Amino acid sequence: MRLIEVKNCYKVYQNGVTAIADLNVTIDKGEFVFIIGASGSGKSTLIKMLYREEKPTNGSVIVGGINVAKLRNSKVYKLRRKLGIVFQDFKLLPKLTVYENVAFALESIGLNGREIRNKVLKALESVGLKEKIRSFPNQLSGGEQQRACIARAIVNDPKLLICDEPTGNLDPDISKEIVNILKKINEEAGTTIIMATHDREIVNEMQKRVLQIENGVLVRDEQKGSYKVHESTPNV
Amino acid sequence: MKALRMFNRSLRDSIKSVVRNLSLSTAAITCSSITLIILAVAMILSYNVKNITSNLEKELTIVTYIKESGTEEQITQLKEKLNEMPNIEKYEYKSKEEWKLEIKNFSDTYSSALDYLENNPLLNSITVTVKDVKDLKITSEEIKKFDFIESVDYGEGMAEKLISAFDIIEKITIVIVGALVVVTAFLIGNTIKLTIFSRKNEIEIMRLVGATNIRVRLPFIFEGIILGIIGSIIPMIVSIYGYVMIYDHFHGYIFSQIITLVKPFNFILYIAGILVVLGAVIGMIGSSRAVRKYLKI
Repeated sequence: MRLIEVKNCYKVYQNGVTAIADLNVTIDKGEFVFIIGASGSGKSTLIKMLYREEKPTNGSVIVGGINVAKLRNSKVYKLRRKLGIVFQDFKLLPKLTVYENVAFALESIGLNGREIRNKVLKALESVGLKEKIRSFPNQLSGGEQQRACIARAIVNDPKLLICDEPTGNLDPDISKEIVNILKKINEEAGTTIIMATHDREIVNEMQKRVLQIENGVLVRDEQKGSYKVHESTPNV
Repeated sequence: MKALRMFNRSLRDSIKSVVRNLSLSTAAITCSSITLIILAVAMILSYNVKNITSNLEKELTIVTYIKESGTEEQITQLKEKLNEMPNIEKYEYKSKEEWKLEIKNFSDTYSSALDYLENNPLLNSITVTVKDVKDLKITSEEIKKFDFIESVDYGEGMAEKLISAFDIIEKITIVIVGALVVVTAFLIGNTIKLTIFSRKNEIEIMRLVGATNIRVRLPFIFEGIILGIIGSIIPMIVSIYGYVMIYDHFHGYIFSQIITLVKPFNFILYIAGILVVLGAVIGMIGSSRAVRKYLKI
């Protein structure tokens, strides 16, 4: 079943730079997809369009039945509640504890206290962070912060998890740990995972679908792909 | 139910935020306190100036002397006319005998001089207090029209100068207080804006996890109100205690009985009320505008 449909999509920034050019791609429910490409290739723009941080200039980006190109500012929350987002820089609220950070996502959608408590504890347990619920983000290691970020992203049982270079700030061992958590979420909950990454080792090891973008153009869409560099681009 | 839950959580978050961002909160509260103290002093001064000028204005009266030949009927006619005139607050008739008695009581010299005279040389009079002193001249000319009036005295020349001086003083104080309100709003609003600008990541994250715009805004609006109210506590205490102390020290008047201070209660409580409302409203508007900037993504 189709979850994401990107059709004839263009993104041209105000300064004239074309970040995405005529992109067509579909992603089904339950898939684990890597988006790779050099810095400035357009993969972050694509990721941002999926959660409506950016709007396509032309064409359509449909996520879970919502056309992000037509989504008004005041209605963005409807899309965001259907998905979870994991960032390279974690984006945890520094003045809230781990528990509060994760609970905040549920409080935003108005769940009651008991439901929130159950879901938050379950999410933190699934990422192995139950012992740190009272810690503040600056008291955690990078890997722990990223796990808290994943817990926040999955706490509402989203159908789609968007990960924008989640291992970019982490050392190789911790990166593997994070990817294993994502893999577990994908396999156990059937959550679709889209992960932009530069991590060659992880892509090669996972053998999942790979979308390679260079200069805003989709140059490779391969099932069970590996981290190959396109002939026309320098090695990264 | 959901709305109430959102309201409660936003309030809780705002209180937490005030405590956890203590240095920024302190800066905003200090700025609010200082500007509101200045504003409170200006308001107290301007209201007292207004009170003094209106007291002095009440002292301005028209003294109408009736000719020796004036009959009882004519005096009644004048009283009826005064009753009809819109600008008349009150009037007081004083016969020449009453005048004589008053003057005799005032000084022995005058007393013996008056005793020496066969007839009472004084005139019957009516002292008129007007509602609006700006129309003092028009009213006195209206009274002057009766042919049995000997003279009308309202301190011509000096009275006009005093009235225009009072008018200017009143306008200046209104402008000063108005300007201070604007400056206060600007300073407090901007300080609260700064505390929010430094937390734009927080707003971004709230939006990313699916918070509605109102859910993002509400805690910041509450925070602005809380900071504004806390910022007005010290100015309230300073103005209430300060004014009561000054009032007691001067026994309610400065230099003479005419220049009296406004009684502290309930006047100073109104000032305190204005301060807390101003603090809360400015805080709310400042924070609401600052957050709105980040919701237009």
